[in-house]
Amino acid sequence: MSNRKSKNNNLIHAECLLQVQRTLRERFCHQSPHGNLFGIQVQYKHLIELLKRTAIYGESNSVLIIGPRGSGKTLLINHALKELMEIEVSENVLQVHLNGLLQINDKIALKEITRQLNLENVVGDKVFGSFAENLSFLLDALRKVPIVEDLISFDYGNCFNFLWTFGDRISSCPVIFVLDEFDLFVHHKNQTLLYNLFDISQSAQTPVAVIGLTCRLDILELLEKRVKSRFSHRQIHLMNSFGFPQYIKIFKEQLSLPAEFPDKLFAEKWNENVQRLSEDRSVQEVLQKQFNVSKNLRSLHMLLMLALHRITASHPFMTSADLMEANQLCSMDSKANIVHGLSVLEICLIIAMKHLNDIYEEEPFNFQMVYNGF
Amino acid sequence: MTPYSTRQKTRQIYSWVGRPLLDRQLHYQTYKEISMKTRSCPTEIRIQVGQFVLIEGDDDEKPYVAKLIELFEDDSKLHFKKRARVQWFVRFSEVPLSKQHLLGRKPHKQEIFWYDYPACNNNISAETIIGPVEIVALAADEMFPVDLKHEKTLFVKLSWNEKNFKPLSLELLAELKKLQRVNSICQKPLEAKTMTQESPSLTTAEHVVKRIESSHSSSKSRQTPTHPVTPNARKRLELNDCPRTPNTRISQQTSCVALGSPGRTKRKAVFLESTSPYKKSQLDGVKASSPVLKVPGKTGEVPYFCAEDDKKSSSECQMTLRTRVPTLKIMETEESSLSPVRRNKRSSVVPSVILKPGKIEKREAKEPEAGSEATITSHRIHRKSALLTLSRIRQHLWLLEDKKGDQEEEEFMPKAEVSDLSSEEEDTSTPSLPRRNPQRQSRILQPSLSPSMQTPSKTPKKPVKPRTPRHATPQIRSRNLAAQEPASVLEEARLRLHVSAVPESLPCREQEFQDIYNFVESKLLDRTGGCMYISGVPGTGKTATVHEVIRCLKQAAQTDDVPSFQYVEVNGMKLTEPHQVYVQILQKLTGQKVTANHAAELLAKRFCTRGSSRETTVLLVDELDLLWTHKQDVLYNLFDWPTHKEARLVVLTIANTMDLPERILMNRVSSRLGLTRMSFQPYTHNQLKQILVSRLKHIKAFEDDAMQLVARKVAALSGDARRCLDICRRATEICELDHQKNDSPGLVTVAHLMKAVDEMFSSSFITAIKNASVLEQGFLRAILAEFRQSGLEEATFQQIYTQHVALCRMEGLPYPTMSETMAVCSRLGSCRLLLVESSRNDLLLRVRLNVSQDDVLYALKEE
Repeated sequence: MSNRKSKNNNLIHAECLLQVQRTLRERFCHQSPHGNLFGIQVQYKHLIELLKRTAIYGESNSVLIIGPRGSGKTLLINHALKELMEIEVSENVLQVHLNGLLQINDKIALKEITRQLNLENVVGDKVFGSFAENLSFLLDALRKVPIVEDLISFDYGNCFNFLWTFGDRISSCPVIFVLDEFDLFVHHKNQTLLYNLFDISQSAQTPVAVIGLTCRLDILELLEKRVKSRFSHRQIHLMNSFGFPQYIKIFKEQLSLPAEFPDKLFAEKWNENVQRLSEDRSVQEVLQKQFNVSKNLRSLHMLLMLALHRITASHPFMTSADLMEANQLCSMDSKANIVHGLSVLEICLIIAMKHLNDIYEEEPFNFQMVYNGF
Repeated sequence: MTPYSTRQKTRQIYSWVGRPLLDRQLHYQTYKEISMKTRSCPTEIRIQVGQFVLIEGDDDEKPYVAKLIELFEDDSKLHFKKRARVQWFVRFSEVPLSKQHLLGRKPHKQEIFWYDYPACNNNISAETIIGPVEIVALAADEMFPVDLKHEKTLFVKLSWNEKNFKPLSLELLAELKKLQRVNSICQKPLEAKTMTQESPSLTTAEHVVKRIESSHSSSKSRQTPTHPVTPNARKRLELNDCPRTPNTRISQQTSCVALGSPGRTKRKAVFLESTSPYKKSQLDGVKASSPVLKVPGKTGEVPYFCAEDDKKSSSECQMTLRTRVPTLKIMETEESSLSPVRRNKRSSVVPSVILKPGKIEKREAKEPEAGSEATITSHRIHRKSALLTLSRIRQHLWLLEDKKGDQEEEEFMPKAEVSDLSSEEEDTSTPSLPRRNPQRQSRILQPSLSPSMQTPSKTPKKPVKPRTPRHATPQIRSRNLAAQEPASVLEEARLRLHVSAVPESLPCREQEFQDIYNFVESKLLDRTGGCMYISGVPGTGKTATVHEVIRCLKQAAQTDDVPSFQYVEVNGMKLTEPHQVYVQILQKLTGQKVTANHAAELLAKRFCTRGSSRETTVLLVDELDLLWTHKQDVLYNLFDWPTHKEARLVVLTIANTMDLPERILMNRVSSRLGLTRMSFQPYTHNQLKQILVSRLKHIKAFEDDAMQLVARKVAALSGDARRCLDICRRATEICELDHQKNDSPGLVTVAHLMKAVDEMFSSSFITAIKNASVLEQGFLRAILAEFRQSGLEEATFQQIYTQHVALCRMEGLPYPTMSETMAVCSRLGSCRLLLVESSRNDLLLRVRLNVSQDDVLYALKEE
């Protein structure tokens, strides 16, 4: 009887569960800018206002977003850029994304900038109707010539020149530079790229917004004094400054299904279950443990992901046991695990080493000594 | 283009046609027509005054083009008595390379430009005329005809005055069109005709000046003993004062030398000329820009300039002027209405005239308020008035669009969303209205004194088109216009507080400004070179002051108070490699693009060899310390060139450290740098406050105390003006945010500023520790305990782990596994709360704190 019932359930839920797993996995793995922002509304407002001013009024700005890993820096900027693109300025803004891990020196970084800017410019090889547009097109095209040349015979010596020629237009498009892993750009020779970017942002050139993302709290001390003087000293700190109650709220929100889920009935059930889970004592314990170890949301995602994998057709709803098991997996000591799996001989050797270590107190020893002890 | 026959190929005989008309001056006989005959071929070409002719030049493919104004016989010369006076046209290729971009479009293949540059010699030998040519004048908005009847037909559309391209004035256009017709029938024109055409209108007045000038130069050259010089060489000589590539310069030199001794005197004469008329030409340039700005009530100053021109030339060439007595009369009357100051100047000798306005200019730079006195007419005032007219135009436009504008504002302000249509309208109707930012404004105006400026009241409606990113250009501008309307006091304040908004004058740097100005000016006047070293911590206005000096000197050069000069700026930080500085300098001087070594050679040749008369070069080297190389050859060269007598190079260097020359420079380099040093002190709090006050002159956005506070804060920290402005800008944002909530406009208070200062300067370490997870905090505690136990500031991971476990036991917490602790350690390391050995992840990893122990204790205690 019960067997038949579960089979029925299987039929109903198989499809839904696939859907659930897909939605939630997407949420956990990709830093999709759809999700809500937790506890960083103030910072978000600061950033979006700043970007809007650059895009709309042509005011140049520079800002650093600082926060430990997994505190949502990239999420923040992606969110902001998405919103910026949604309002009417979308065609009005050029974006350049650089990453300190990829652009390891200024030459590569400049090449990347040219590439990203030119890519945007390729679009306009048509003739436009109005005279004003035609003229500006012509003028623009004329001015664009050196850039194209620079691209073809990329002359490293003069590439900063190029950066300035491109900046020389009064009424050109605002450009948003996003420098991920900003701290790595600091190690470039003379910090030339940063100097130029900040200097453009401090002069009446093309409106630019230079946004640096870094996890180093002492980043300002790394900047050379001239570069530092040109940086506007705006910093947005993301510190995971939420308490445990909010952590639980985040957990709930991350796990619940969106309203647009196709099977309304299932979604309702699922969400109810999540609600129950969040009030469950053992679940709260697990979460508290996780919260104590690390506050960042990535570790939470990891935990939820592991729990999600345990959901099958026969086991359609997450239970506290799932979460506990996932937590155990997360907090496993890898070295102890390795020791568990060793053969007898190996373990004997290790024991011998341990003894030697106790005897000689951190002094080095050789294999002969280990063998003798064995 | 087909090659034209020149004298080298076929010998031609020139002879006058018709009877000579005795000129009123009795100096020479003028003719109406000249005939050219080739020996081999009996056909005869007749050329009349007023026709367009080709004149032999150095390029057979592209001979010079000119309009024949006068033909006369000059007996004072030994050879080439048959002379002609012409109005030159220039081809695009003759325009200096560095200025070619000013055209802003691709030149038509057969396009030429009316050469509106009186300093150029227009007295040539009639025997250099190759033949007639057809020229078609086009109005500015006409298109070039696509089907060319004749391959050799040339088109003139714009005029070129060595500074910018302008559309032909209406009168000129009409005249040219008429000539075109006349030419085609080969009729008699025009000396007389143009004479009668002279009306008090603007362009003809200009004409007269030009004419006078031309006759002046020609009379002068006639007075000097001359040697048979081929006129084409002459023309090149005259071109000396316009920038050219060194190659041609050298050829000029050689040609000069080849002239021998009589030629030498001649050269001198040319030099003399080239200094004086050059000034005038610059005045012309100023004046030429004025018709564009003309509005009723402002035209008064234009004739005034003409009068001044006349006056100058009149003292030197009264004789030639006699013919134009009636027009001069008008000028005279106008002149008499001028202030007495002018009269003084007129009576004084020329050099003092040069010096005197310089002083006035200086005084004015000090106290711009005094500039409103009408008696002093420096260029600055001229510019001011131009701005005034512009603003007036703008006002008109706003009035015209009043309703529409209001509507737009309402639309705009609440959400900063401009509907496409309205922004487009505004865009097209006010295409180049100045922005509030003065620098930007000038930039809009300068590159293209665009035709749109002339017809500002027309509001063409254009269909809205989908835009691509490239075409965001006009879009942004219109947005800015809308944004400009002071939506709120705070927005306005923020605009002015941006570092890029360069103020009209730099407060608190008057003394430094004066020193640098005097230094450069004296070098310019003495025609020598020199070095100056400027030091100061970042953000003390070094570069801004030098830019201001250069701007003032450029203005002074336009009003002839100082000789004109070339300005080149390089920045060590914008170079990838010190030797690239040569490339940049050369590129900015001549437009050539060569390798570093070659550029060094060329520059050395340019500065170290005895060159022809060249204008002084002012070189600004920013961030000097980055040009340091092991051999210091770059710095050596930079400081060595000015010491050469002929170099005429003024080098201004900027760096941060005061004792840079002593510290890193070799003796021979620092001795060449000399002792002209200047150091910019960090701003004091009073100065910072003054800067803020001057920027926010008419805006009441800040509480007085708030300004005082930020000035003191920054002065105590660094004295960096940039910081000060940034803090204030941030404070306005915070203030705005506050007032969004309760909807009451208000001032930026001390609280807002404190918040901004805290945001910018507070160390984030403590907040970071406070917000760390329990395990992380425990780890930090363990580190502290370990440090206290061992008395060292460094510990291995193992030690700390055992300490950590012990702590956890004591507090009854579950102790963490090794892996978790390791993860915590590396997380803290990546934030740089801890300093950990990179590339090690084992038990013996050494760990140090990057924060002081007290800070950690403080942060942990708060919990």
